[in-house]
Formats: sequence, C-alpha cells, structure tokens
Amino acid sequence: MRYTLCLFAVLAFIWLSNSGQYTALILAFGLASTVFVILIARRMKVVDGESLPLQLWATLPGYYLWLLRKIIVSNLEVAACVWGGIVSRRTTISPCSERIPVDLSSDLGRVLYANSITLTPGTVAVDIDNNSVLVHALRRSGLDDLKRGEMERRVAALTDDTPVSEL
Amino acid sequence: MIETVQSFASGTLLLLGCFFMLTGAVGVLRFPDFYSRMHAAGITDTLATLLIISGLMLTAGWSLALFKLALIMLFIFFTSPTASHALARSAQLSALRLPQIAPEPAPTEMTNSQPVDTSPDAEPEAADSTRV
Repeated sequence: MRYTLCLFAVLAFIWLSNSGQYTALILAFGLASTVFVILIARRMKVVDGESLPLQLWATLPGYYLWLLRKIIVSNLEVAACVWGGIVSRRTTISPCSERIPVDLSSDLGRVLYANSITLTPGTVAVDIDNNSVLVHALRRSGLDDLKRGEMERRVAALTDDTPVSEL
Repeated sequence: MIETVQSFASGTLLLLGCFFMLTGAVGVLRFPDFYSRMHAAGITDTLATLLIISGLMLTAGWSLALFKLALIMLFIFFTSPTASHALARSAQLSALRLPQIAPEPAPTEMTNSQPVDTSPDAEPEAADSTRV
C-alpha cells in the first residue's frame, strides 16, 4: 500500500509539473490516467521495493552527488583521449575487458553498481551475474579504479544494511 | 545585472555542452572498434547533456520549464546507461564477443602527453585508432 501511495505521488507530480494547466477538466484527466497507470502497474506486479526503493530516499542523493563528480572527471579523461592524438596521430586508448568480482548481496545493489559503471564514461558494464560483472574499459586505469572498489563500497553502504523489503 | 550574469553563464554552459557533444561525435569517428566507440558516445549522454540542460535551466529561471528540464535530465540519467548496456549486451551475445584478456600490469601514466603503449595481446585494431 505504501508503494502504491508513493507511486501515486510520483505520477501526480509528473503530471502536475508537465501539464501547467490547472483547470478541473485537465486535473480530472490527470487523476484518471494516474489511477489507470497504477492499476496496470499493480496488475503487472511491478509496484514493489524494487521499482520504488523508498529506503534509499535519504542516502541516494548523496551517492549521486559523489557519482556526478566521478562522471565529470572521467568525462574529461575520455575527452582527453579523443582529442589527445589528433594532431600527432598517436594512440591514446588501450581498450580492455575483464570480469570484476562483485560481492553485493542484493539485486538492487548490483543493478545500481552496474548502472553507475555504465554511467561513467570510459567503463561499460557488459554482462552481470551473481558474483561478477564483465566490464569493458577504454583504458586500463578505468578497470584498476573499479577494482580498488570505492564505488562498490559506497553502493554496499547504500543497499546492504537495508535489505529490500517485500510488498 | 543579474540577468546579464545569468545569460552569460547559461551561454557558457551551452557552449561547453556543444563542445562535449562535438567531442563525443569526433570520438565515435576516431575510435577503432565498437566497444570503444560506445565510450565516446557516453560523453554525449552524460556531461554534454548535463551542461546543455543546466544552461537551459539557467535561461528558464523559476518556472515550470525548470521542472520539465530536471525531469528530462533524470530520465536521461536512468535510460542512457540502460541503452548502452543493452547495446553492449547484444553485441556480446552476437558475433562481436569481447576478447577476455588476462590481467596485465597497468600503465601508470594517466597523462595524455605520453602515449599509452598497447601490449601485443591487446585488441589489434587499437593501433589504427589514430587514423582519421
């Protein structure tokens, strides 16, 4: 029930912030479509802690701020790779791929981790299973950075002590 | 006064965003193989989008457009890794399988002034990356 209410709030916010017209008719349409979407989502059984990780609401913004810094830094590195050898015609990249072990217990944590890896330019999570993730990196340093495990520790701090509760 | 600063800042952000979009495009053209091109496309997805949308947000000021832009940014940040992952995974499942290279000692230089030497068992196409 908690998740349904929360989904309603999110959908209502999206409708209100996108319509900009607050007449009774339009608001009624909004209510109708929101309820319709919630009915469909409940029928699909996707209204649960996995689609709405409520327990993360306080800690996720901090993590994304840290990730944002990481994204900007790695963007600059990739941009340097792009422009680096353009005059001197030198090789600036050394693509490589490797399976990196992951010991995050929850699905949510693993998804968040893989999502963060892909969101950072220079590393892409290609394949993920229960205890490892196949990462392709533009340079060896990207892989080494992941293997040092700071990102994994941060994701673990977010998700592991608060297991995903069932609906 | 505030207006001038605001429009100047927004213009700067938009220009930077355009530069990174261009970087992404050049990277897609220059990099040698499928997987490394995906990294270049990642620049367009993240930093360029971030800069351009922040620039537009500064222009929009406190209005409904601000929320819409924020929503666009949020959706891009959730969907673009998914799209990249789907691309990479489908490549992995088809003919373009990644070579599983054994770990090797890392080149320590991060700076771009020294060329990162590619070891012989790295992908052979990497040597061609400088040809435009």
